[in-house]
Amino acid sequence: MSREDVLVTAQWAEDNLDTPGVVFVEVDEDTTAYEGGHIRNAVRIDWKTELQDQVRRDFVDKAGFEKLLSEKGIGNDDTVVLYGGNNNWFAAYAYWYFKLYGHDNVKLLDGGRKKWELDGRELVKDVPDRKQTSYVANEQDLTLRAFRDEVVDAINTKNLIDVRSPDEFSGKLNAPAHLPQESSQRSGHIPSALNVPWASTANEDGTFKSNEELTELYQDAGLDTSKPTIAYCRIGERSSHTWFALRELLGHDDVKNYDGSWTEYGSLVGVPIELGAK
Amino acid sequence: MSDGCGAPAQTATPASLDTNGQVVVAGKVSGSDGPVGGAYVRLLNGDGEFVGEVQASSAGDFRFYAAEGTWTVRALSAKGNGEASVTTGEPGLYEVPISV
Repeated sequence: MSREDVLVTAQWAEDNLDTPGVVFVEVDEDTTAYEGGHIRNAVRIDWKTELQDQVRRDFVDKAGFEKLLSEKGIGNDDTVVLYGGNNNWFAAYAYWYFKLYGHDNVKLLDGGRKKWELDGRELVKDVPDRKQTSYVANEQDLTLRAFRDEVVDAINTKNLIDVRSPDEFSGKLNAPAHLPQESSQRSGHIPSALNVPWASTANEDGTFKSNEELTELYQDAGLDTSKPTIAYCRIGERSSHTWFALRELLGHDDVKNYDGSWTEYGSLVGVPIELGAK
Repeated sequence: MSDGCGAPAQTATPASLDTNGQVVVAGKVSGSDGPVGGAYVRLLNGDGEFVGEVQASSAGDFRFYAAEGTWTVRALSAKGNGEASVTTGEPGLYEVPISV
């Protein structure tokens, strides 16, 4: 798979806004962003209310995903182009989620909303009217998703990549600096994890660095490419961004995202935790 | 708070803000014609590593929750970029205006 198969430029997106079979989807936690203006013809997926089960901490099930995509007017044959705010974190999460449920023809808009806005490209308020489809999903592909027991077993045996900021990794901060700091859980990181912040994979405008730069970054960090890799962050969206870089851009085949991430691991009783910088 | 990780909508930070024991780094992005709304504002630590990013409000306001240390606040906008540094100590409000 080449970079162009998974990542499209803002210019490609602008040239394909009206292309039949291409559906633009804005994915955000902050839904007011879409209401304030979005890429023409883009539909919205609400990360919090539409991709998460509203009772258990888990994803919507296969039937729920089928219902969601059908209602959004997305068909099995459509090319889905995802984008969003927060440097595409939630869009990357949705990309991983679409792959999890077997939608292969999905791409990420490089740079997301940020690059689009910094370029001064058009945003509109009109909401597209898409015809309902009968979407059929696969069962979750669990080769892409890590759960807590596998993560504990991966200590010192697989690559663990902590993609949070160095200050969250060391235990200085408990959450990203745009959020009030919490104190209800332990801080620190999973022993043997490498700290390769998601931000080091992206340029300032939110686009991904080149494959050559990414390869060098992980080489310098000490990633053992002969081993499977599990990426984590705090709730699994920043690590989706890194999962995308490793698996979709660099072509590493055994990469999982641990969506439980630090909010789960840092609350587990009895598991080992390390403090301090690397 | 485990249900979200994205940057919340930004609002103005009053000078009398009760920081609730936290180190708050806040300010406004301005250009030659006044406040610049919607700029992407990022917080970098003393090593220049990315720590967090918010999109400033329509009035240019932004706010971070940091810790003791030296920080750089950098703003990107279609109108231009700018940055400023701040050194924080005890919990409280640290105001950092940014010109782009």
